[in-house]
Amino acid sequence: MGNDNRPVNLDIGTIKLPITAYASISHRISGVALVVSSFLLLWALDASLSSQESFSNLAGILAHPVVKLITWAISIGLIYHSLAGVKHLIMDMGYGETMRGGVIGARIVFSLTALGAVLAGVMLW
Amino acid sequence: MVTAVSSSKLRSGVFDWLVQRVTAVILLAYFIFMAFVVLRGVSYGEWAALYEQLWMKVFTSLAALSLAAHAWIGMWGVFTDYLTERLLGPRGNTMRSVMQWVTSLSLLVYVLWSVKIIWG
Repeated sequence: MGNDNRPVNLDIGTIKLPITAYASISHRISGVALVVSSFLLLWALDASLSSQESFSNLAGILAHPVVKLITWAISIGLIYHSLAGVKHLIMDMGYGETMRGGVIGARIVFSLTALGAVLAGVMLW
Repeated sequence: MVTAVSSSKLRSGVFDWLVQRVTAVILLAYFIFMAFVVLRGVSYGEWAALYEQLWMKVFTSLAALSLAAHAWIGMWGVFTDYLTERLLGPRGNTMRSVMQWVTSLSLLVYVLWSVKIIWG
């Protein structure tokens, strides 16, 4: 501050971002992806409740290897978005609002998501 | 330029902030409940019987409405940050307007479809 001759770099692609920035953008990306996925989930709910035949048919579709990958991806998105959301609520209550708290919170959310992704994978395969 | 400070002329940022959190808690409760039910494994009979219960119909309706509100506020936040005149020139405003209409219509379809599934 006070030195107006310093070069200014606003090209975000060349700036090394803190983990909190990755946590924030991941929350947004997972949110947008979940809005799109929610239509697939509603379609699945419709198919699961229509009839016994339609339920069995859906079970067959969900067992397909490619569909399992999609289910896994949606599960990871749901797990991450939920954990990042809970972190938001905790911060709303006044905990972990410092830079240090934000870094720790982001690390916890990413670590628990990794664990959740492995668990979801184990359950799917 | 983004002229609207809030996501709706009828509402405030504080209202959106609160709705985003209340709906988040409802959605989290539904997600955890669903995870338990699905991971336990259900037959068609058990699954259909669960969705015949009145409390489940109400819970699912609340979750569907929460999803629509939560998604709308979230998408508004994303659109007003990236589909802007500053980033995209004048067409940024057109794109944002179009995307907000597409989002609104899609979420309306989502809610109507879920009402049909749950109560139909």
